[in-house]
Amino acid sequence: MSERDPLTRLLGTPGDDAGCEGALALLAKYVEGELAGRNVRELLPAVAEHLRNCPACAEDYEGLIALAREQRAGS
Amino acid sequence: MTRLTVAVEPERVQIPSGSAQLDPESRAWIEGLRARGAEHARALERLHDLLLRAAYSEAQRRRHLYPEIDGAELDDLCRQAADDAVVAVTRKLDGYRGASRFTTWAYGFAIFEVSTKLRRHAWRGRSIPTADDDATWDRLASGALAAQTRIESTELLRALRRAVTEELTPRQREVFIAVALNDVQIDVVAGQLQSTRGAVYKVLHDARRKLRLRLEREGHLEREEV
Repeated sequence: MSERDPLTRLLGTPGDDAGCEGALALLAKYVEGELAGRNVRELLPAVAEHLRNCPACAEDYEGLIALAREQRAGS
Repeated sequence: MTRLTVAVEPERVQIPSGSAQLDPESRAWIEGLRARGAEHARALERLHDLLLRAAYSEAQRRRHLYPEIDGAELDDLCRQAADDAVVAVTRKLDGYRGASRFTTWAYGFAIFEVSTKLRRHAWRGRSIPTADDDATWDRLASGALAAQTRIESTELLRALRRAVTEELTPRQREVFIAVALNDVQIDVVAGQLQSTRGAVYKVLHDARRKLRLRLEREGHLEREEV
């Protein structure tokens, strides 16, 4: 299933999913890893899976990576 | 700014193991937040300022989603988000292991709080859709057909609709219909159920798994390797 597939939107994906608490606990590490060029989807697959399945956490991820980018640019 | 009273005793907050590897800025944050007296108060005030800026920044980024929320209303939401984020950071400080910069970790709480508050505020006064009637499924089918995806199969949609009725508990059905069928934000559903995002997501996740298994058993979905 692709990320934009309506069936995925309805049924989610079958992979290991960290859940909201699990993903949010690791989100800062995920974001900084991504900005550092690491393959975070491989390093933290359950977080990546959750971000495919949970629009609320995916939006929070977008916000956090935007702030982290600003932080890196300012430091 | 508002002074915060945080219900965590500073002496109970430990510097995480491995903190020798913290960057100097993160170490300074941890030391300030576990200090006593005036140093602790100053660290809390700095943290509040940091998270208030983060909340405003995130609210600004999402402005196109909630154009009706602005002015004093937006200020109030951002301040509430910063207050709640400071409390959350202080309570969870023991869980910070230095896997990221302290500020990135703390920003996560501000973003979570402001995003939840914006979604719930924008939804206030409206009820959550509970209908899984013909119109809802027809809309789904027409949208899916336009996208020319696998869901264009009318048979699959019929099977899914049967599975929703026959496989799910009343709570799972309520959450699935609201979030998956009607695109209601999960934070809105959590607020109305007096629950949390994580708890509602777990209900949705379990419902989706049941539905996938049923559709696989009936041959409508291929079994996917995990």
